[in-house]
Amino acid sequence: METLALLIPLLPLVAAIVTGLFGRQVGRRGAHWLTTGAVGLAFLLSLLVWRQVSFGHEPFEHTLYLWSVVDGVRMEVGFLVDNLTVMMMLVVTFVSLMVHVYTIGYMHDDPGYQRFFSYISLFTFAMLMLVMSNNFLQLFFGWEAVGLVSYLLIGFWFRKDSSVYANMKAFLVNRVGDFGFILGIATILIYTNSFNYLDVFRQFQVGSSLPFEPGHLPGLENTGALNVAMILLFVGAMGKSAQVPLHVWLPDSMEGPTPISALIHAATMVTAGIFMVARMSPLYEMSEMALNLILVVGATTAFFMGLVGIVQNDIKRVVAYSTLSQLGYMTVALGASAYSVAVFHLMTHAFFKALLFLAAGSVIMAMHHEQDIRKMGGLRRYMPITYWTALAGSLALIGFPGFSGFFSKDLIIEAVHESGLVAAGYAYVLLLLGVFVTAFYTFRMFFLVFHGTERMDDHTLSHLHESPRVVTLPLILLAIPAVLAGYLVGPMVYGDFFRQLLPSDMASVSSIMVHANHQTLATEDFHGAFSLMLHGLMAPAFWLAMAGVGAAWYIYLRDDSWAERLRTRFSWLYRLLENKYYLDDFNQKVFANGALYLGNSFLTLIERLVIDGLIVNGLGRVVRWLAGWFRRFQTGYLYQYAFTMVLGMALLLGWLLFAVSA
Amino acid sequence: MLDWSILSFLIWLPILGGAGVLLAGERNVTRQLALAVTVLTFLVSLLLYTHYDLARPGLQFGEQLAWIDAFGIRINYALAADGIAIPLIILNCFITILVIIAGWEVIQYRPAQYMAAFLIMEGLVNGVFAAQDAILFYIFFEGMLIPMFLIIGIWGGPNRVYATIKFFLYTFLGSVFLLVSLIYLYQQSGSFALQDLYRMHDIDMHAQLLIFLSFLFAFGVKIPMWPVHTWLPDAHVEAPTGGSVILAAITLKVGGYAFLRFLLPIVGDMAAEYAWLIVLLSLWTIVYIGFVALVQADMKKLIAYSSIAHMAFVTLGFFLVFLIQRLLPGTASNGAIMALQGGMMQMVSHGFVSGAMFLCIGVLYDRMHTREISAYGGVASRMPWFAAFFVLFSMANAGLPGTSGFVGEFMVILASAKANIWIAVVAALTLILGAAYSLWLVRRLLFGEVRTDAVNQLQDLNRREFLVLSLLAAAVLWLGIWPRPLTDLMEPSLHQLMEQVMLTDVSINELGN
Repeated sequence: METLALLIPLLPLVAAIVTGLFGRQVGRRGAHWLTTGAVGLAFLLSLLVWRQVSFGHEPFEHTLYLWSVVDGVRMEVGFLVDNLTVMMMLVVTFVSLMVHVYTIGYMHDDPGYQRFFSYISLFTFAMLMLVMSNNFLQLFFGWEAVGLVSYLLIGFWFRKDSSVYANMKAFLVNRVGDFGFILGIATILIYTNSFNYLDVFRQFQVGSSLPFEPGHLPGLENTGALNVAMILLFVGAMGKSAQVPLHVWLPDSMEGPTPISALIHAATMVTAGIFMVARMSPLYEMSEMALNLILVVGATTAFFMGLVGIVQNDIKRVVAYSTLSQLGYMTVALGASAYSVAVFHLMTHAFFKALLFLAAGSVIMAMHHEQDIRKMGGLRRYMPITYWTALAGSLALIGFPGFSGFFSKDLIIEAVHESGLVAAGYAYVLLLLGVFVTAFYTFRMFFLVFHGTERMDDHTLSHLHESPRVVTLPLILLAIPAVLAGYLVGPMVYGDFFRQLLPSDMASVSSIMVHANHQTLATEDFHGAFSLMLHGLMAPAFWLAMAGVGAAWYIYLRDDSWAERLRTRFSWLYRLLENKYYLDDFNQKVFANGALYLGNSFLTLIERLVIDGLIVNGLGRVVRWLAGWFRRFQTGYLYQYAFTMVLGMALLLGWLLFAVSA
Repeated sequence: MLDWSILSFLIWLPILGGAGVLLAGERNVTRQLALAVTVLTFLVSLLLYTHYDLARPGLQFGEQLAWIDAFGIRINYALAADGIAIPLIILNCFITILVIIAGWEVIQYRPAQYMAAFLIMEGLVNGVFAAQDAILFYIFFEGMLIPMFLIIGIWGGPNRVYATIKFFLYTFLGSVFLLVSLIYLYQQSGSFALQDLYRMHDIDMHAQLLIFLSFLFAFGVKIPMWPVHTWLPDAHVEAPTGGSVILAAITLKVGGYAFLRFLLPIVGDMAAEYAWLIVLLSLWTIVYIGFVALVQADMKKLIAYSSIAHMAFVTLGFFLVFLIQRLLPGTASNGAIMALQGGMMQMVSHGFVSGAMFLCIGVLYDRMHTREISAYGGVASRMPWFAAFFVLFSMANAGLPGTSGFVGEFMVILASAKANIWIAVVAALTLILGAAYSLWLVRRLLFGEVRTDAVNQLQDLNRREFLVLSLLAAAVLWLGIWPRPLTDLMEPSLHQLMEQVMLTDVSINELGN
């Protein structure tokens, strides 16, 4: 079992190294066969592990090797594989496999073909290490490693200024999150002297055995170490999962090739923060302060980022803002202690959002790399497979009953509604409004791209055709779970799937733990997926979604003068949204320019003027001046020296006489 | 244990080898001879690791000869090494090989003297790390200045005279106070042996303060600490590539090492008293230098400044110990050892990473003869292998997990949280600042369109450069993926050091009572 688990991340790693270092030798075909094969195998092995862990009820924890032991703290690399992990492994390897296959078609003419495959395989490795970790150190490893690969992939076309701007921005903003993350890990370490999840959970439950001085956290004594640690860890999640105000990197990350937008910036990496909080549910359950913060941040992201999606015209950016918004939904679920729903939405979202991105990529290919949806239209007739799969993805995204997104999103709203936390009311209202917004921007894009009149130029129009099979096959394979994954709602949300006990000497730790006061979705309320659907038809969320679709249809297909009229009527709002709440400008002016200003001031004032100018060279000048002064005594004339000697002698004698008599 | 004088061998082989290289003069064999000497030295230095007995922490491979015994002064030629010195000796021997290879055909002006200077430097530095007698240490410590002075002065850039004088005066000024302090300690204890100095628990408080300050100045200049750091960027900019590599990778470590060998165990009372000051200075350095590095237009200066910020983590780690001990006195695994480990790991890692960064800059400089960042752009298009290495080392410079740069920073940040979370908050800012200046450099050098003809004609790494950078990349990744061999080697010796430090600390409490 351990070897099996080890092979899963190692296969993509080896493939990445071989294609990365020996790209020329393995060739283009070799590169895609090697990496796709490795990821495919990893997916199959994950299925085996799933069988063992879920059906054989054998979650396991296993230390791979000892990274270091310092000062009594064991730092390890190892695996904790339970149902939560297995689900993530399956999602990661499946979506990654789809993206590998898709890339064969999408990157067909790119000179960096091998490099690209090497990177996405490396990403798969890093992401697997992140989700399979059994300790905070390795979590941080995976955390930063996926960030690194994301950096490399956003800047994949490194000659393009916009992409190398975007990748640096992505890395730096993520680093701000990591700044909080590492401090969170440090705070946990103060308390427990351990990195191991199970050990940390145990110690927090029984109260720490180690001496804990309030002196560690001066000024934060009343907040409590646990609250501090949980909030700091969540800051890390805000960076990785792009929550307001650390979301600014995600829309720009669309500069990267579309397959990685699907894999990294929609399905997997950006959900690492969601996964992390769910993994830490035994700790988050003890900190209502952190949960409230999570609710507020998540709801704000869900609604306000969705709004920005409405005014975007770049097809990828619409999907990107939709990803931000959906990540906000997941975050809210975490805040409402509905971790299993959050993870469930993570899974369904991975399928339908990867599908939407890949479909967008298929459209972009057909459009000769035109991404402006105002210049598309009517593609339904030319690209039937892309059309139908995109429709499935869109319906899942807006939560249409029966599609996977319906089950996950409806339950998030339900859970927030039931939550007793202070911030739950705020979150509930925004999420409901968000449903309308989601439906509106999704179908605005859908109608503009696939319906209506063809607005592209004649050259593009004459070349329109469906994408090759390596592109459409992943679309179809992703459409299946995008539609059907929702029916797993029974076991995953209401059942025991995530209540699996972890292999610990303390018998009370399970994959996802929810405090009795925070229970929202009761098992006895569940009467099967079908009744959930019926119930959903009468809930406000459904009607809001329908209204959104209807509005999009009316404005963009029926009477397109409405769009213009609304824009002029609400021009202030339009400007606000188009400038993304001016947050990018703010960051540029305050942080980027501020840092340069500060650096320049330090350099000119302190470094050059005071230290080097006044002190160092100043000392040099003083010495030279003194030497110049003393030099005057060294005249070389004997009589002057003799005179000085006599004078000195006289003074000395005089002083002696004086001293003796006194 | 080995029953032959391995440490003497490691000191004198390179020095004699250097003399041999000088004698060989400008012939073809000169370079081969120099390389052979460094490789042999390195292989022998590995024996230190394989034969060090972890079960007996503390000094091993000891050698002692009476050297000067006249006029009532007794100075011994005493050598030994422990888990703190061994990694630094091996690092030194490793880096010197790379410097010799890197200068292979680049140095056309007086190559024999160039190689000899580095060989002699290697021997002297090994002497610094192995000396167990204060005067012997002092002689090696000062002797190191001479080859470095020559390297910058002869093979340096246009402004080398200013840089060498500044470098020499700065460091020499520190050393003078060091010598006075050592003489005072000798008067009090009657010995220059370090072990005897560690046993002095009743140094007069007033004298101790002065000794503390002189140590602080002498070693603080070397490491260097803000505000006595300004010699470093100037020296780096003027130094030839090899000189920069040794300067950053090796000589800065001498400062850090001396903190552990002299300042902490001998005047631990004062160190405990003023630890907060050093911690504050280190934190200020991390932030201040981060911003200053960001706005550098010269890439070598940028890396030089980033070195200062990284070394601030070393001083931070070393002096955190006292804050932690005050908060959690005497507790086992209270974070103090982690702070020391972090500082040491940071030193070793910085040896690899900064060495690699300066070599990379050398690669570009050899082709373009400019260090202005703005003269580049789009290098990745022409030099893909170089770009891959440069991104790796920049990431290590920014402390990415999986590279050596992460290990030390991580441990120091964790340990500082044990002392006070706010220290950790400031220290962790390096995550952002380090990434900012490293990645912005990467972006401006490597990415974007090729804008100039000169860049367009760049050739990718030749085999010699590829070899050097691969070796460093292997080291950087090894320490990042599996640092345990190194931490295991250091851990017992650091525990022992901790006992010595706390012993002096106990005595101050007794005096106070």
